[in-house]
Amino acid sequence: MAQHIVSPEVHEHHTQEQESLKTAGFWLFLVSDVLLFGTLFAVYVVLVGHTNGGPTGKELFEIPIFVASTFILLTSSFTSGIAVLQMQANKLKGTIFWLVMTLLLGGAFLFLEIEEFMTMVHEGANIGTSAFLSAFFTLVGTHGIHVTMGIFWCIGLILQLRKRGITTVTKRKITNFSLYWHFLDVIWIFLLSVVYLMGVM
Amino acid sequence: MKAARKRLRRLGTVLAGAGMAVFLAGCENAIVLDPKGPVAEIQKDLIWISVLLCAVVVVPVLAIFAYIVWRYRDKPDNKAPYEPNWSHSTKLEAIWWTIPIIIVALLGYFTVRDTYKLIKPPAETAHVEPVTIQVTSMDWKWLFQYPDQGIATVNYLNIPEKTPIQFVLTSNSAMNSFWVPQLGGMMYTMPGMAMRMWLQSDGTGEYYGSGANFSGSEFAKMNFKVTSMTQDDFDAWIEKSKQEPAKLDHKAYQQLAVKGTAPIQTFGDLEPTLFNSIVIQNGGHHHPANGLDIRGAFPVKKDKQDSSAGGSQAADSAASGDQPDSSQ
Amino acid sequence: MWDSIKEFAGDFFVTGDPLIYGADVSIALVSVAIVFVLTYFKKWKWLWTEWLTTVDHKKIGIMYLIASLLMLFRGGVDALLMRTQLALPEVEFLQADHYNAIFTTHGTIMILFMAMPMMFALFNMVVPLQLGARDVAFPFLNALSFWLFLFGAMLFNISFVIGGSPDAGWLSYPPLSELSGSPGRGQDFYIWGIQISGIGSLMTGINFIVTILKMRAPGMKLMKMPLFSWSVLSSCITILFAFPILTVTLALLFLDRYFGAHFFTLDGGGMSMMYVNLIWMWGHPEVYIVVLPAFGIFSEIVATFSRKTIFGYKSMVFAMMVISVLSFFTWVHHFYTMGSSADVNSFFAISTMAIAIPTGVKVFNWLFTMYRGRISFELPMLWTMGFIPCFLVGGATGVMLAVAPADFQYHNSYFLIAHFHQVLIGGVVFGYLAGIYYWWPKLFGFKLDEKRGRWGFWTWNIGFYLCFFPQYFLGLDGMTRRVYTYEWDRGWAALNFTSTIGAFLMGLGFIFQVWQIAWSVRNGQRDKTGDIWNGRTLEWSIPSPPPAYNFAVVPQVRKVDDWWHEKEDRAKGIERPKQELEPIHMPKNSGIPFIMSGFWFLVGFGFTFDWIWMVIIGFLGVFGSLYARSFTYDVDYYIPVDEVKRTEQKLRGATR
Repeated sequence: MAQHIVSPEVHEHHTQEQESLKTAGFWLFLVSDVLLFGTLFAVYVVLVGHTNGGPTGKELFEIPIFVASTFILLTSSFTSGIAVLQMQANKLKGTIFWLVMTLLLGGAFLFLEIEEFMTMVHEGANIGTSAFLSAFFTLVGTHGIHVTMGIFWCIGLILQLRKRGITTVTKRKITNFSLYWHFLDVIWIFLLSVVYLMGVM
Repeated sequence: MKAARKRLRRLGTVLAGAGMAVFLAGCENAIVLDPKGPVAEIQKDLIWISVLLCAVVVVPVLAIFAYIVWRYRDKPDNKAPYEPNWSHSTKLEAIWWTIPIIIVALLGYFTVRDTYKLIKPPAETAHVEPVTIQVTSMDWKWLFQYPDQGIATVNYLNIPEKTPIQFVLTSNSAMNSFWVPQLGGMMYTMPGMAMRMWLQSDGTGEYYGSGANFSGSEFAKMNFKVTSMTQDDFDAWIEKSKQEPAKLDHKAYQQLAVKGTAPIQTFGDLEPTLFNSIVIQNGGHHHPANGLDIRGAFPVKKDKQDSSAGGSQAADSAASGDQPDSSQ
Repeated sequence: MWDSIKEFAGDFFVTGDPLIYGADVSIALVSVAIVFVLTYFKKWKWLWTEWLTTVDHKKIGIMYLIASLLMLFRGGVDALLMRTQLALPEVEFLQADHYNAIFTTHGTIMILFMAMPMMFALFNMVVPLQLGARDVAFPFLNALSFWLFLFGAMLFNISFVIGGSPDAGWLSYPPLSELSGSPGRGQDFYIWGIQISGIGSLMTGINFIVTILKMRAPGMKLMKMPLFSWSVLSSCITILFAFPILTVTLALLFLDRYFGAHFFTLDGGGMSMMYVNLIWMWGHPEVYIVVLPAFGIFSEIVATFSRKTIFGYKSMVFAMMVISVLSFFTWVHHFYTMGSSADVNSFFAISTMAIAIPTGVKVFNWLFTMYRGRISFELPMLWTMGFIPCFLVGGATGVMLAVAPADFQYHNSYFLIAHFHQVLIGGVVFGYLAGIYYWWPKLFGFKLDEKRGRWGFWTWNIGFYLCFFPQYFLGLDGMTRRVYTYEWDRGWAALNFTSTIGAFLMGLGFIFQVWQIAWSVRNGQRDKTGDIWNGRTLEWSIPSPPPAYNFAVVPQVRKVDDWWHEKEDRAKGIERPKQELEPIHMPKNSGIPFIMSGFWFLVGFGFTFDWIWMVIIGFLGVFGSLYARSFTYDVDYYIPVDEVKRTEQKLRGATR
């Protein structure tokens, strides 16, 4: 219907305007997410010593696991970057391929995290054991939930790409997704240093 | 026009007069403004200083406001100047950025001065041996322990006059706040923490005290009477209280801790470690780094600690951050 | 069977108090009546297409306004119940627990479900019009924000009849608000009601920041933007930084209560002190979030009704930004008495007093806007006149409270109650009411009746002073907040009784206003010009009520108060060049915001009652809605030039 009234060029112009607004809004969403994680980090730092006689980070964290997680997530950030480059070169197949790679790596990261959590719970270290563990599970878990959301988002975007190809709208969506994915990477770096590295030290 | 103005002025006078009367009547009765000890005295002075400093701005601004509204009202015969595009004057704006800055600076000075003053025991009675009282807010009653004297009371408090009282405060459930307005401002009682506050009464008398932070169902019933008495009367009361058969041990405490209001009670003896264990049971041992020190107040001088009787060890060991195993 | 139903009902429905049965019956009756009316007049489809699915900022604004007025009524009834209980010592009108529930819901509703939506109502009704924009940046998100708010508010409100009200205070300090202190369902309603509407608030904040930064009419540089829009910008920036903290804090409390975590509990290493810090890191900025837009409203009104340019525009902008930043550095003044060190208390005392500086500057600038102006006293200006002295005194008592050692005597007493009601009613409510009176003709096309409005104004104001001035003295006389009763020998009876009379006068003022609206719908003066107040900013350059697309052509802005200058030019015979009409790009309506918010409601309700099946349905619905939206590409349409011409002719034909 839109195309009956205005020329495709005018419509494209309006779409681009809309999409640039959405990117701006997405940046602001990331700001609010930084605040969210910042608060959780603050809570964690306050409660890290409150182990209530239960296990400490040193006893619980397994170096190979979190090193592997880090490696996987960093790589996935890299692949999502390649996807964006492919998209900018207008290569649909390449874009989808690298997004799928990103997705798989994200899944592997999540698998490791769930494994880690399960092991800890089996060892009797659950969210109710101590304030430290409440803060740990909440902080790391919130990141994990973000990754999960990212994976579902990515699946949706791949489906849309297959159906509609690379357009102004899908371009913006992929760019924002990649932004989000890099953001989760940055958060993970903080998690790695504040939670895991300082925990095992 | 003239008549209207006159009527308005008269109305203004009447309103101002009535307002003033209410204000003065209100202040006269207010217990916060009728202090009976050095802490409340300092706070009252500070209140009046802040009232004055605020009034210096507020009253003239109100007058200017009334004048401008009257002078520039939209009446056909109004001859006052009208300058619809006059919207900036660096000089004027500089003035009213400066005035509040000066006021805030002055008030800030007094605030900081007294903030530091009030964390220490009252200066004029520094030579007097302080009395320590351990306060626990419970659901919904107050427990007062006199560790040096070895007695405890519920819902009433007796203190000697002209003696600095060191209150060590905690809670066994929800937060509350310990407030005796005529002796001084309040301090929160926090579960798992011990906080210190100094108060002193300059004469004998009865004062109203209450819980000031909402703590559940019967919170409104958590008020208590504070009686300040001469040292002799206080000593006599302590002696008499020691005759009471009831002992405040862990069992009696558990009974007292059941949710509900309670009548006033006196315990002739007490378990010296009880206060510390209340702090610890409610989370105290989870703050090994900083939690068990006493927050918010200047510590008692070391020589005073040494000279006080064994009963005050609870507060002392709390102050030094002992672990639960060593204190039980 | 029968027994288990009875047991379930006993848990599900609140029982025991005749007041509550009365509410049950009236809620049921009103619901039936609404359904009946909608069905009888065949309005279901109209309701769905025109309102429930709308993404038009004006309609969303109106819905926010209606909801906030209903919440004002609910919170006001709570207030009157409390004042009745406290009118005299030892009254046995309310039980302790009932009273505790009422002051909790009063506070929560008034701040989060009355002030916030009324503020969003004004954002939505005014900001795009002031900027010369056709809608907000994200119309769909805007609708979602509204429905999240509404479903969150409903979730909170049904706690009154189902499951039990929260009763741990409006900020619900743990450990009282933990399972150990509040085992009932009320606290879960509290968490989820606020959480769901809070997400909406955060999204509104983002939405309006982008709208203001990116969608201003060409030529409107930031420093030419109307001050109300500036105030919205500063408020939204504050939202962006403050609301995530609230989200986290409530989530942690939820984890404590639901999963047995130990963030704020007594045992397990929890730290209730941390909650108090976190909630006020949000809570203090929150009061500036609601008061900054009120400052913006006053700036518009003072200039319009003094027929003079606002004095010290740059100072005003600077002051608002300073307030917005400083508001994040004062939170500890809410608990000087929690044993912080003297250094900490001193720092926060000074930072709190410092907020008085920019605020004081604003008052001076308003005064000097009136100076050498021509002041007329229509209702918006009248409320502004009520605001200035009230806020001055309230601000002064705020400075007094900032003085840390003195605060030990005011804290948690009626002195504090009097102070924050004076700034929140005198500042925020008076401001929003002034704004509503000011922009009402723009949105609805008719003016609210002056005479009834003046009755409302005077009863509100006299009632206000009668209600809250005695409370300062009650506080100084040792009366603490949140007590449900007190004894005769305290000597508080006379002041309390006066206060209660004042409260009922304010209630009367509200009734006058409702009457005023009802009367004006039929008889109010119609606005045929679109510029009923001789306004200064762009919203007055278009017809009232504005067409769906707001501006037929996007205006070109040259100066601050551009519309005022355009009118001046016209008087001199200078017309600005006419622009060609073009087809107008518009967002399509969508039912997803409404449906998705409904699913969020299920999530909250399910968690409150431990019904996991409902939580799962809710979450599946939420994700389904997100996916459905993501896959929708047909989101916009165009209004053809002919239609724009016809609409403009119809709206403006009579006037020009």
